[in-house]
Amino acid sequence: MSDVAADLPREIQSWIGQKRYEVEGEFEVERGYIFTSCASVENGNPLYWDEKAAQELTGGFIAPPSMISVWFRPHHWAPGRTQQALPLQVHFDLKEKLGLPEAVMTDNTVIFREPVRPGDRLRTWQVLRSVSQEKRTKLGLGRFWVIDVEYVNQHGESVGTESYTGFGYRREA
Amino acid sequence: MPKGLLAGQVKVGDALPELGYDVGATTVILGAIATRDWRPMHHDKDFAQKRNGVRDVFMNTPNQAAWFERYVTDWTGPTGRLGRMRFRMHDSVFPGDHMVMRGHVAGVGSDDTGCAWAELDLKLEVGGKAMTTCQVRVALPVDGHDNPWVRRGAQWKP
Repeated sequence: MSDVAADLPREIQSWIGQKRYEVEGEFEVERGYIFTSCASVENGNPLYWDEKAAQELTGGFIAPPSMISVWFRPHHWAPGRTQQALPLQVHFDLKEKLGLPEAVMTDNTVIFREPVRPGDRLRTWQVLRSVSQEKRTKLGLGRFWVIDVEYVNQHGESVGTESYTGFGYRREA
Repeated sequence: MPKGLLAGQVKVGDALPELGYDVGATTVILGAIATRDWRPMHHDKDFAQKRNGVRDVFMNTPNQAAWFERYVTDWTGPTGRLGRMRFRMHDSVFPGDHMVMRGHVAGVGSDDTGCAWAELDLKLEVGGKAMTTCQVRVALPVDGHDNPWVRRGAQWKP
């Protein structure tokens, strides 16, 4: 990979390029959550509200493309779950393994492919692409990393890819 | 078919209409809930101050994506189909901020399948400072009979 620090622990080096945490979303794509998303940003696009318009343009209701990551984020609680499940687990693994208690996302690219539709069950996995050497920013001393998240529907069709750049760091006095 | 902006109506340099919005705690927290983001810095002011060292809860990344999507499709109408979105956070957006979304057309063209694209440079500003910048590639119909949403597989090159 183009940006892999030589001082990176071997375990983390082994994650780079590997498919990790493949899971199916805990719940199917549903319109109630689409309305919640649209309400949060006052999105009146008729594709999400008007059945006739949705039928004519997209063959039925779809979900806003920007919701792609919403469908695999676990809910805050589920029966039998003993740990709080975290989305983008590779990001949190890196924080823990590298001893970097704080982190922010600095860059996010999303590519949208097949529309996501109510009733879909999405699968997702994560791939660590790179981890930088230690760098000092105004936030503190830490490392940048890039994680790709792939999403497919129940037919195996890609619905999109997200690429996140995170910065894990320690605050400095 | 529902009407929307056509590719021939768009040229490089065109400005998108501004969108101004007063951000409140509800905006931030509803946005976090709508994106199933339960991390406390997006709903717990005490946590945001003590752990993140910032003044308040702040808007999360996926909700900003939803804001940019809404901003783009307000302009294109429902026939506009997002292909790609890239954004970078420069600073945080807090309750009490008046955010303003601005943007312009940075490029127009079509790919080898005949799909027409507009490339947009967008900003989410507070007090004249760009807090988030965003580049969007959006497909537009070439005429009143074209519909980017019917493109699949090799006919869709986002």
